[in-house]
Amino acid sequence: MQKVYSKIDAIQGNVITVTASGVRYGDLATVNSSHGTSLAEVIRLNGTNVSMQVFTGGRGISTGDEVRFLGHSMKISFSDNLLGRIFDGSGRPRDNGPTLEENLIEIGGPSVNPARRVIPRNMIRTGIPMIDVFNTLVESQKLPIFSVSGEPYNDLLSRIAMQAEVDMIILAGIGLKYDDYLTFREQLEEGGAMARTIFFVHTASDPIVESLLVPDVSLAVAERFALKGKRVLVLLTDMTNFADSMKEIAITMEQVPSNRGYPGDLYSQLAARYEKAVDFEGAGSITILGATTMPGDDVTHPVPDNTGYITEGQYYLRNGRIEPFGSLSRLKQLVNDKTRKDHRAIMDGMIRLYAAYKESLEKKSMGFRMGEWDNKLLKYGEAFERTMMDLSVNIPLEEALDKGWEILADCFDANETGLKSELLREFWPKKEGQRQESA
Amino acid sequence: MTETRGKVVGVNGNMVSVEVDGNISLNEVGYVVIGDKKLKAEVIRIRGNRAELQVFEMTRGIGVGDPVEFSGELLAVELGPGLLSMIYDGLQNPLPELAEQCGFFLERGVYLPALNRTTKWTFTPKVEVGDTVTAADTLGTVPEGIFDHRIMVPFDMTETYTVKSIVSKGDYTVEDQVVELEDSKGNVSQLTMKFEWPVKRAISNYEERLKTGEQMVTKLRIVDTFIPVSLGGTYCIPGPFGAGKTVMQQITSRNAEVDIVIIAACGERAGEVVETLREFPELTDPRTGRTLMERTVIICNTSSMPVAAREASVYTAVTLAEYYRQMGLHVLVLADSTSRWAQAMREMSGRLEEIPGEEAFPAYLESVIAGFYERSGLVRLKDGTKGSVTIGGSVSPAGGNFEEPVTQATLKVVGAFHGLSRERSDARKYPAIDPLDSWSKYPGSVDKDATEYARSILFRGNEVDQMMKVVGEEGTSLDDYVIYQKGEFMDAVYLQQNAFDPVDAAVSVERQQHIFGVMMQILASEFGFEGKDEARMFFNELRQKFIDYNGSEWDGDDFKKLEQEILDQVESKKSGVDRLAVDILETTKA
Ligand SMILES: Nc1ncnc2c1ncn2[C@@H]1O[C@H](COP(=O)(O)OP(=O)(O)OP(=O)(O)O)[C@@H](O)[C@H]1O
Ligand SMILES: [Mg+2]
Repeated sequence: MQKVYSKIDAIQGNVITVTASGVRYGDLATVNSSHGTSLAEVIRLNGTNVSMQVFTGGRGISTGDEVRFLGHSMKISFSDNLLGRIFDGSGRPRDNGPTLEENLIEIGGPSVNPARRVIPRNMIRTGIPMIDVFNTLVESQKLPIFSVSGEPYNDLLSRIAMQAEVDMIILAGIGLKYDDYLTFREQLEEGGAMARTIFFVHTASDPIVESLLVPDVSLAVAERFALKGKRVLVLLTDMTNFADSMKEIAITMEQVPSNRGYPGDLYSQLAARYEKAVDFEGAGSITILGATTMPGDDVTHPVPDNTGYITEGQYYLRNGRIEPFGSLSRLKQLVNDKTRKDHRAIMDGMIRLYAAYKESLEKKSMGFRMGEWDNKLLKYGEAFERTMMDLSVNIPLEEALDKGWEILADCFDANETGLKSELLREFWPKKEGQRQESA
Repeated sequence: MTETRGKVVGVNGNMVSVEVDGNISLNEVGYVVIGDKKLKAEVIRIRGNRAELQVFEMTRGIGVGDPVEFSGELLAVELGPGLLSMIYDGLQNPLPELAEQCGFFLERGVYLPALNRTTKWTFTPKVEVGDTVTAADTLGTVPEGIFDHRIMVPFDMTETYTVKSIVSKGDYTVEDQVVELEDSKGNVSQLTMKFEWPVKRAISNYEERLKTGEQMVTKLRIVDTFIPVSLGGTYCIPGPFGAGKTVMQQITSRNAEVDIVIIAACGERAGEVVETLREFPELTDPRTGRTLMERTVIICNTSSMPVAAREASVYTAVTLAEYYRQMGLHVLVLADSTSRWAQAMREMSGRLEEIPGEEAFPAYLESVIAGFYERSGLVRLKDGTKGSVTIGGSVSPAGGNFEEPVTQATLKVVGAFHGLSRERSDARKYPAIDPLDSWSKYPGSVDKDATEYARSILFRGNEVDQMMKVVGEEGTSLDDYVIYQKGEFMDAVYLQQNAFDPVDAAVSVERQQHIFGVMMQILASEFGFEGKDEARMFFNELRQKFIDYNGSEWDGDDFKKLEQEILDQVESKKSGVDRLAVDILETTKA
């Protein structure tokens, strides 16, 4: 179609309006301004008034700039040539490699028919006890890390990415700090994972609206690879930036905000992305790990709140540790009955006792006398944090479970653990003395 | 399709504005034609010759000038034999059939018949030529799973008709004509076994609505004993994310003692529905010996599916429930989550630029929620049989704070409130229902005086706990400390329940009453402890036994043995009985 318009009627924030006909909802256009060419997407049609969000932002656009409609919605090139490459949010190379234009695919496609989904069944081992034992990660899961800026969530993401048994990694950087971007690249290069990685990176210094495309582009590519049989891990960092970009557009479009300025469809918008996580029967899978920074460390802030309602659990990263409370993998029960039969009991039992430890700790901090039980709990809590919560520990699940029993036996009598007697008989470590007696 | 034509003049998200050249009605179904596809939509506002339609599909690619057709019909579902065990989207599109045709992805604009057109059903006539009938009267029956599915006079045919012809017993498809009815003016209607009904209109062809009272057993101890639900009643499960709303609904959909369960997966995760639809065909319903799927219908409009269809999905679910209620069956509708439904309304209201209420929800939110729950009820049908629709909806309050419009509007209309608490789910105390805040207006499986007594222990135990946080254990009297231990004990062995333990997962009313009696003996006893350490150890040991007891087969040898051990241990330290509990112990005696 390629119709060209040279009069822009309105420029407001990052949204421009032109008078045009024959345009379709969701179509792309290019805007040529003195600062270069930007992509724009049609977000409202009202008679001949066509409103578009401009991905490089509205700043510097003049009413006389040229708008050219492309006659299709956003597309991205898909082929194995993407591997090892680095692109920006619109799919333009950020490395020195060639622009890719073959085999264009649509982004933001339809969702998977729920009737074609299968129950996730494969544990992804990470070697991190707080994940493997307590919050097991499962192939095709969608799971964010809830954190605040300053916490090493990107380090955790790249560590999981390197250790996880997947075929390829797609890093979707949304408002990523330039340093963090470089660190990611460095870590993946050092780990020898670069050749199976694709970067779609929008950095903090890029125009904010451009970040809106990053999740869709990344997930569309992931979907194609998954359909070809690849197990793909997508890292979305940081989804709070994505939500903030949506907020900006919504405010420009004068939508009634629902909560702290965020649009009423924030939930649906986030869900549309996270729900791309899937296990294709007879083909590959998409697993999504995200980072969601919580403004003001407030989990009730609309972004983490809506995210929590969408994802299949979350890891709280605080003081460099995955918090036992609040952290949750909702798919763990699908796999932890096949690992080892004490897995579930250790998982629940240790957390229950850790909660009791926290209470004793609180009492202690208020200056109360510590009873015998409190002292046991204090000893336990300290051992738990040292052995299980330390993120630098890298041991297989089975070893971690054995450690769990050791800690319990070291701190408690068997009947204080609240675990079923049958398990206690089988797994409760024999004390030195007892062993000698029976020998 | 009607004569009326329209063309698109605007697109905003999933709303299109259309210029219309004829008559249309509110909530009428229309289709936006793009290329060779027709996208289903519903008229949601009319102003002069301009109408707004919400499109039940992605609107990408729609352009100004695209033609729009109108059906003349309201948004409706198809009713007839073959609904059970189906998996539909919010508009009753069968998803497995769709997958056969389109593969992995949901292709827009593909609409398949809700009821299978080739399945043959064995029809047994129940009326004869010359009989007079009216709306909802039974014309014949077909066996559907374990039920006698009534083939009824369509609910909107409210005049009196004479049966002009009826087929003899035999096998027919839902499209075959089975009956001819003639009205007083001599007009003849030819009926098949299926008909349509608009989803937003309640089916009210019953004799009278009855007061609820009979219990709907869920086999969750805390629910059935303390915050019960009645057949035909309503309840809600609000809770922050991850607190266990969905797991509770999943457990209930398995274990509830009702005839049929309709699951409305409304705007939540697709993965959760998959667990149900993959597992139910493998699980046997102990009541019938058949698979659970045979008593289940799943309406599945998950979070990434079109928002407008999400809004319709809860109505689709409740309409199917009302239909089976007309057959004298007890139907449970589980909607997860009603907040997503409310948000779908909010999105549309925003696009219509209506004046927003609190948190941008539309001003009519409350009346719409009330209207939905009002479609529940226990009714007596014309033939004297009773049927019911029970509705349980989860609520997902923003920030986990119950002081928000959807939770508040829901609390005003439901009969029971099962509030989940973040504190309890963090401590892995499942089901994470807050036992002190939650309430029910319905009668339960255990005598009210007894549950009140148990609740009072819990309440006082909690008070002692709070106090201990201030004055410490040493500042607490032994008596108070024992009450605290009793409260904790009851929480651990009765209120908490292990959903993954084969025995503990579902507890019959009989067993609940029995073990409640055993627990009462403990709660009502006075003990002669030397000190707090002894008390704590005593209850630890008792708890351990009781958890094993809960995990043992009902009335089996282990069960009896453990019970005796528990009672012996209690006896060994018992110094008396709380005077206030003497009468109660009589009623709960095992
Ligand atoms: N009764 C239970 N027994 C054991 N674990 C449970 C129970 N209920 C919930 N859980 C755990 O909590 C997780 C979250 O529960 P669920 O999915 O029901 O939460 P939800 O309230 O529906 O959350 P959301 O609002 O985000 O959908 C489950 O995956 C499971 O790990
Ligand atoms: Mg849920």
